[in-house]
Amino acid sequence: MNQQDALFEYLLRLGDNALILGHRLSEWCGHSPALEEDLALSNVALDLIGQTQLWLNLASEVEGKGRDADKLAYLRDGRDFRNVLLVEQPNGDFAVTMARQFYFDAWHYLLLRELAGSKHPRIAEIAAKGLKEVTYHLERSRDWVLRLGDGTEESHRRMQTAIDDLWMYTGELFESDEIDQAMAGEGLGPDLATLHEPWLGLVRATAEEATLSLPEPGWAQKGGKRGIHSEHLGYILADLQFLQRAYPNATW
Amino acid sequence: MYAQMVKTGVEHIQSKEEMSPEERAFQDRVDADIRIEPKEWMPEAYRKTLIRQISQHAHSEIIGMQPEGNWITRAPTLERKAILLAKVQDEAGHGLYLYCAAETLGVSRDELLEQLNSGKAKYSSIFNYPTLTWADIGAIGWLVDGAAIMNQVPLQRCSYGPYSRAMIRICKEESFHQRQGYDAMTKLARGTPEQKQMAQDALNRWWWPSLMMFGPSDAESVHSAQSLRWKIKINSNDELRQKFVDQTVPQAEYLGLTVPDPDLKWNAERGHYDFGEINWDEFYQVIAGNGPCNRQRLRTRVKAYEEGQWVRDAADAYAAKKAARAQVKAA
Repeated sequence: MNQQDALFEYLLRLGDNALILGHRLSEWCGHSPALEEDLALSNVALDLIGQTQLWLNLASEVEGKGRDADKLAYLRDGRDFRNVLLVEQPNGDFAVTMARQFYFDAWHYLLLRELAGSKHPRIAEIAAKGLKEVTYHLERSRDWVLRLGDGTEESHRRMQTAIDDLWMYTGELFESDEIDQAMAGEGLGPDLATLHEPWLGLVRATAEEATLSLPEPGWAQKGGKRGIHSEHLGYILADLQFLQRAYPNATW
Repeated sequence: MYAQMVKTGVEHIQSKEEMSPEERAFQDRVDADIRIEPKEWMPEAYRKTLIRQISQHAHSEIIGMQPEGNWITRAPTLERKAILLAKVQDEAGHGLYLYCAAETLGVSRDELLEQLNSGKAKYSSIFNYPTLTWADIGAIGWLVDGAAIMNQVPLQRCSYGPYSRAMIRICKEESFHQRQGYDAMTKLARGTPEQKQMAQDALNRWWWPSLMMFGPSDAESVHSAQSLRWKIKINSNDELRQKFVDQTVPQAEYLGLTVPDPDLKWNAERGHYDFGEINWDEFYQVIAGNGPCNRQRLRTRVKAYEEGQWVRDAADAYAAKKAARAQVKAA
């Protein structure tokens, strides 16, 4: 794989994480526990859709084959998607959505903070913009982990279950493969393993304050970054891509 | 129009002589276009009518999130998805402003939501129709938001301060919604034959329900007369409907779409379009709960509310614990 292909793949990962998580959050609109949450979840989803456009358009430029952000989002099949497994997990109840969000936000925040110092000026620019948004996302999802963990007995039980169930999808976030290593080698992105300790620190402190216990480190589910997804992604794409697939070559 | 057929509880319109001194002073202020603010004296019927009207409007915003929300995950491009999500989000925001405005009249959001969930409160008939294709999203923005604006622009001058101010904020956003709806329709009307067909089909299905949004003719209605007197209604239903038709027909022509009304024609003498008879049987059936989606819309709303109960309870419990801890710390 040459440098350009590696960079393209790397940008797809960033774009696809935002695309798929934004999609999941947008499923909540109109169905959340309170109007304030309809507003807030939509805000986060909108930020992520915006980030998707920036990353995938940059990926498109790097690839140079005329596939713009929409073509990349709407005309690839699941095996070509590069998001981590965590973001495609179903919304579940509000605790699952918030636990997923918190695990992701904590990592996303640390990642963008590093990428804001990337040697690639466009990556640095997009990351710096995203970092402002994600700082707020993290504040919010952390707050919900606290409220639900240390709320009622029921909310504690639900949040603990969510924290446990999603744990096995967090390992993939810190695993570097040859693409991550190539990017790190060029100073374009961080060595993902270095994000693990600060992430654990943040997650541990939050869990403790929320009276939750974190699972022991264990087997990590992996594969999303290489296009080996869960069964859930196919349904997301069936939904997301329906119009583009049913009416090829139409503009909207 | 998001509030339809709002009852005032009034049997006849009082003359100034029949009014108590307080009522007269109140009516004089309304006549002089002085805004009524929450803490000021107001007739009980005015307060109750406003609660009905504002809450009906708020409920319409909240239920209205469903037909459009139906297409958020299927929007055809990232930009369309962001625009639609932002629009539905605005509707949640409108619901919030309006519930807040209603709360200034001495009723809580929880009480109003309870009325909505129990099926006691009404919301606009239009949201009981299904969104079957992407073009319906364009048609809703263009026609439904267009009709809502007709009613809401004059209400910016209504007599009740908090309602009038909520309307000013809402109208700014609604006109953006209408433009994006028309823009989405334009793309379809200028697109492939299938897209054009989709746009025409959406217009066919949404045209008449949009005209019904204004409600039946209220020329003879004592409730409308009272609401006009109180300046919580500014124009008659027929006036607004005519204005909507006059504005919308040329827009349809510009798109190359046909308004599904064989009786529609320009009347040079009146300076307005004449249009065909509205199927009021259908309207009353939809209002009575028999529209294509009434049960579905309500069930979805109740489900979200009930499934969110434990979350709201947890937020309350956490806030109480936090406050108690802060107190212990301070002591």
